[in-house]
Amino acid sequence: MELTFTAADELFRQEIAQWLNENLRDEFAEVRHRGGPGDEHRFVDERKAWERRLAEGRWTCIGWPEAWGGRGASIEQQVIYHEEYARAGGPGRMGHIGDTLTGPTLLAFGSEDQKARYLPDIRSGQAFWSQGYSEPGAGSDLAAIRTRADFDDSSRQWKITGQKVWTSLAHESDFVFVLARVDRDSVGHRGLGFFLVALDQPGVTIRPINQLTGTAEFNEVYFDEAVCAADDIVGAPGDGWKVAMGLLGFERGVSTLGQQMLFQTELDEIIRLAKLNGASRDPEIRQRIAEAHIGLRTMRYNSMRTLSGGEDGSLSREAMIYKLYWSSWHRNLGKLAMDVLGPDAELLEEGPYELTKLQSLFLFTRADTIYGGTNQIQRNLIAERALGMPKEPRGQGK
Amino acid sequence: MKFAFTDEQRMLKDTSQSFLAAKSDSMAVRAACRSPQHFDAALWRSVCNDMYWQGVLVPEVHEGLALGWVEMAIIMEAAGERLLTSPLFAVTQSTALLNVCLQSAVRDRCLADIASGHIVSLALTNAVGSWHASGVSVSDLGDGLTLSGEARFVPFGFAASTLLVVAANEDQSTSIWVVQSDAVGVSVKHTPTLDQTRPMSEVRLEAVAVSEAQRLSSDAGPLIEQVVALSRILIVADQVGVAQASLDLSVEYTKERSQFNRSIASFQAIKHKAADMMVKVEAARSLLYFAACIADAWFAQEATDAALQEAAYMASACASDAAFFNAGSGIQMHGGVGITEEYDIQLYFKRARSTESYLGRPPEMREAIACQLLDGGEAWS
Repeated sequence: MELTFTAADELFRQEIAQWLNENLRDEFAEVRHRGGPGDEHRFVDERKAWERRLAEGRWTCIGWPEAWGGRGASIEQQVIYHEEYARAGGPGRMGHIGDTLTGPTLLAFGSEDQKARYLPDIRSGQAFWSQGYSEPGAGSDLAAIRTRADFDDSSRQWKITGQKVWTSLAHESDFVFVLARVDRDSVGHRGLGFFLVALDQPGVTIRPINQLTGTAEFNEVYFDEAVCAADDIVGAPGDGWKVAMGLLGFERGVSTLGQQMLFQTELDEIIRLAKLNGASRDPEIRQRIAEAHIGLRTMRYNSMRTLSGGEDGSLSREAMIYKLYWSSWHRNLGKLAMDVLGPDAELLEEGPYELTKLQSLFLFTRADTIYGGTNQIQRNLIAERALGMPKEPRGQGK
Repeated sequence: MKFAFTDEQRMLKDTSQSFLAAKSDSMAVRAACRSPQHFDAALWRSVCNDMYWQGVLVPEVHEGLALGWVEMAIIMEAAGERLLTSPLFAVTQSTALLNVCLQSAVRDRCLADIASGHIVSLALTNAVGSWHASGVSVSDLGDGLTLSGEARFVPFGFAASTLLVVAANEDQSTSIWVVQSDAVGVSVKHTPTLDQTRPMSEVRLEAVAVSEAQRLSSDAGPLIEQVVALSRILIVADQVGVAQASLDLSVEYTKERSQFNRSIASFQAIKHKAADMMVKVEAARSLLYFAACIADAWFAQEATDAALQEAAYMASACASDAAFFNAGSGIQMHGGVGITEEYDIQLYFKRARSTESYLGRPPEMREAIACQLLDGGEAWS
């Protein structure tokens, strides 16, 4: 067991740290530490410009093969990249979905033509992507999606009709990947297709969802015979579920250590305030701050176990607990922040509804235990996949 | 960075588990607890002769294996999983202490004794159960040094041939002495315990004459702190084993138990409890092997005292909670049979409780962390 990085990896760390130090300044100074969860709607144009700066330094899509403009970075190097990015205060990545989801999906399942049409613009920070999975009737039960894709023989195009929801930053994106039903009579996992769809077209309507924070990062996206080309389906018609599920496995947790550095910044701020206002003398608060510290360190070593794990990409036991663990930890941190602040927790940054960073943390972390698989779904997955417990019988109709 | 077992470590885990599956099954554990000796001496001989676990941390010059703390944690985890009722913890704790003492003839003899299978126990804890202050004091009444007082919660003291006695000097500093348990003035009494798999003793010393040659350390205060931290890591490994076995036993039981024409393992109320148990044990396991790596780094002088302390506090808080949560939840998942003598989950429940309070409860661990974070203690690393 080895907890430290190699000398070569440390050199890589110096390289990215130095580049960030030299570039994340001047016109980009204002985006430092911005655009994270709960703040994703801010500085969008500046963050898109930042993506192009990253691309100039070859610091987008580093996990991609060199042939497609990546660096073929190892797991360790990707971890280091995310750590240093977070340490430098790098803004929330507008290119995140394209870099970590669309790209790897096309690299694994896409045709050469699809790779050539889509990968270069993702890498260069020209094209931004969003994801179209959830629907009003298909949340935890994702396979219940009803959005349809019909092939129109006359125009040689796919026509997509239906509604997606919780699509982050769709109004700021150029493309969306859409999971849609190609076989009208199919149910569940079968009969789905995975489509690459341009958002700027008459058949697409985007409506923001106003959240409890007073902000709107998420959208509803309506498709009314929106079109994409015949060869904008990834894999064969009917392979959509396989492609979509493959995509969920790609990230392999390389960004978790970077995410934890953002968590550390939040915890440090809470500790600073507790010392300042005397909450640090409250025995109950002391226990909870220590618990938060222990939890964050647990996540670190848990991630390191995952990242050191097998090459086959199968999820190990510690990887399976990760979502449930961090989301619960983060939600508790939001409440801890409010409890440290006491009555002051109620006071807004300014009217009419401008939240402080910690208020935003408190409210937005309620989403953490819901999106990307609720805590209840996570527990089902752990019980069924890691512990081999039987599935709940499916309901029959309504 | 490779925070995963090496092939050798994986093999050690497999052989440890299969040895204990054969030698420390439910019947063997129950028989050991019932026996007048409070453990199975033949099994301990087999541990020493066939597995050589008593020598894992002993230096090579004293016929030990000189392996590391990750290896020891692997073995202790397997021991917890099988409720091993033997002096392995006692002997390993003593080895940890001896390894941090300066070289001396008496230290070398103790290490060699341990390697050859003798039981050596640490007598540390005073009458009020503090893990740091001794209940034994050193006096010099003119005709030589004597030790008097008592120590409680001495693991396997009743079976030990040698005791390492922590004592307060007249100037309130701390010293450590090697005392044979059959020396004049030494009495050792087995103290019946709620958890019979981890038997304890009281050691009483009445003017026990000692010579300078028996002194392991004359100013042992800071050293004791580190030994307690290392001991916590050993207990954490045991707790991870207990937490894992509690989960496994309970999941297995719920798969077999049928109600409402369904295996009760198919109910979400049961599955979600089991998932929470797995989260607890995997979190504790991550901190255990982190702490074991830090212990190795500390011995190599690559980690500070504070870093070792912090790792032990964190791992202990987490693993104590995990073991108790999992064993307690396990009883609930077993339903009525969970509270019977017949099913093993109750044995794990008792071991979870005994290890939880041994060397300090989770709130004490968290308070120690809070002191560092909030009261401007020295930096961790």
